[in-house]
Amino acid sequence: MSETLMVSIYVFVLATFVGVEVISKVPPLLHTPLMSGSNAISGITLVGSLIAAGAGEGSVSVILGTIAVVFATINVVGGFLVTDRMLKMFKKSGGPRGTAS
Amino acid sequence: MTAGIAIAYLVAAVCFILGLKMLSSAQTARRGNLYAAFGMLLAVVGTLVDQRILGFAYIISGLVIGGFAGVVLATKVQMTAMPQMVGLLNGFGGAASALVAYAEYIRLSGDPSPTVFLAGNVDAVVMVTIVLSVLIGTVTFVGSVVAAAKLQGIMRSAPVLYPMQKQINALLLFAALALGGWLVYDASVWYVPLVVIGLAAVLGVTSVIPIGGADMPVIISLMNSYSGLAGATTGFVLNNNVLIISGTLVGTSGLILTDIMCRAMNRSLANVLFAGVGADYSPDEARAEQRTVIRYTPEDVAYMLEHAQSVIIVPGYGLAVAQAQHVLQELATILIARGASVRYAIHPVAGRMPGHMNVLLAEANVPYDLLLEMDQINDDFQNTDVALIIGANDVVNPSARYKKSSPLFGMPILNADRARTVIVCKRSLNPGFAGEDNELFYLKNTMMVFGDAKATLMNLVGIMKK
Repeated sequence: MSETLMVSIYVFVLATFVGVEVISKVPPLLHTPLMSGSNAISGITLVGSLIAAGAGEGSVSVILGTIAVVFATINVVGGFLVTDRMLKMFKKSGGPRGTAS
Repeated sequence: MTAGIAIAYLVAAVCFILGLKMLSSAQTARRGNLYAAFGMLLAVVGTLVDQRILGFAYIISGLVIGGFAGVVLATKVQMTAMPQMVGLLNGFGGAASALVAYAEYIRLSGDPSPTVFLAGNVDAVVMVTIVLSVLIGTVTFVGSVVAAAKLQGIMRSAPVLYPMQKQINALLLFAALALGGWLVYDASVWYVPLVVIGLAAVLGVTSVIPIGGADMPVIISLMNSYSGLAGATTGFVLNNNVLIISGTLVGTSGLILTDIMCRAMNRSLANVLFAGVGADYSPDEARAEQRTVIRYTPEDVAYMLEHAQSVIIVPGYGLAVAQAQHVLQELATILIARGASVRYAIHPVAGRMPGHMNVLLAEANVPYDLLLEMDQINDDFQNTDVALIIGANDVVNPSARYKKSSPLFGMPILNADRARTVIVCKRSLNPGFAGEDNELFYLKNTMMVFGDAKATLMNLVGIMKK
């Protein structure tokens, strides 16, 4: 087993624990924004798409990569924007001010 | 990878974790989302300045098209359509992961033309990750599109069932994995990955169509998890830690939400995925015994509410369907102005996805400190004058507590029946998704008001303003 793969597995396992710790503290109140926001984060595949689309490795890779860039960008831009739109609506009693300062 | 981009990715990963952490409170959530978006920007810019990028024309056109579509989707979507929106976004993420993994296969197998691959010289471990990424990504994409079509009403939301369904799905998965295994052994036959993709696409359809509309919150959460996993496996393909970290975070998030939804319905994930609940609304024979409910008028209800010191509102999805959130909040404001304490009790499956009802009520300007989850408010019903139930049914059905034969048995419910008076605002006596008659409607302390939720509430507001 190569060393890079071992490192990747370490990262994966540790990230699982971080995920459980962080996500289980999110209250049900915010579960919908959590889904759309985390969804936008999973659009990080965009990074891989950019490399494939821009690698100049031949036409097939570039075409597939470009389609992937489109999909991943919708995911990222749409996800973060809609999450912000929702979170903007959450307000506390007795004050017109939003949650963000 | 240069040191510069490695650091950019590390900072991005930290931003994502901080962003998710700040979602633990409504006060910091919006800033957290900004942190995560900033992390994404950093990762993208870092990648673009990386020396491996040769041509920018395609990249820029892809970013512009995707960015435009994303902005349009995010600004136009109705809050009631949020489950479809998130479903579609999950699907796009999955598709991107699958495409990237497949492009990497084409690059590694050495020939840019798909028809004349030279030799299967792809490293076995890399090939395993490519196969997994393509498989999970494709299932996520197709499954999410089917789920979104069901939620949007483009496809029938009732479960589609046929004989040997589970066995056929198992066979499809086995065939896809077996072909994937062959690819690890010999990656040189160009069409085998395409067959794997085809099988995964069919599996995406056949695994989602048996699931009924009411179970969609579980499927959307599960697809959320898959889209994360697809990203993480792509991270393994590309040896990219920021993909592994983010994908894994999202994967665990989706799994946790799936688990919460299943618990809230007292069902196992296997039961949700395979049981096809809601396929036939065969009317309960027991309902032949004619029981009577007493109809009340909005005037009666207004009188009751005017004299209530404490009110707990139990909203269900029917409220959102009737677009009655705003007028409900108007009623709540009148009650609060009269000195009553008004709170909302939110069941975990009150909407069409986790937390959906909270978003719908926040849109109607209900302050979030009045929105209480089941565990926080369930003991308070017994000291409450009025429980006002609007558009909810199964989540307040007392037979979930004791009637062993009920499909709802064991499901955690809101104790609305323990309030001194229960007011139920409903279109008809039709049972909810579970097809189970609701005992609550026949209780002595229950007042039934029939009619459209919005019309009834507007009527109430009109009477109480006088």
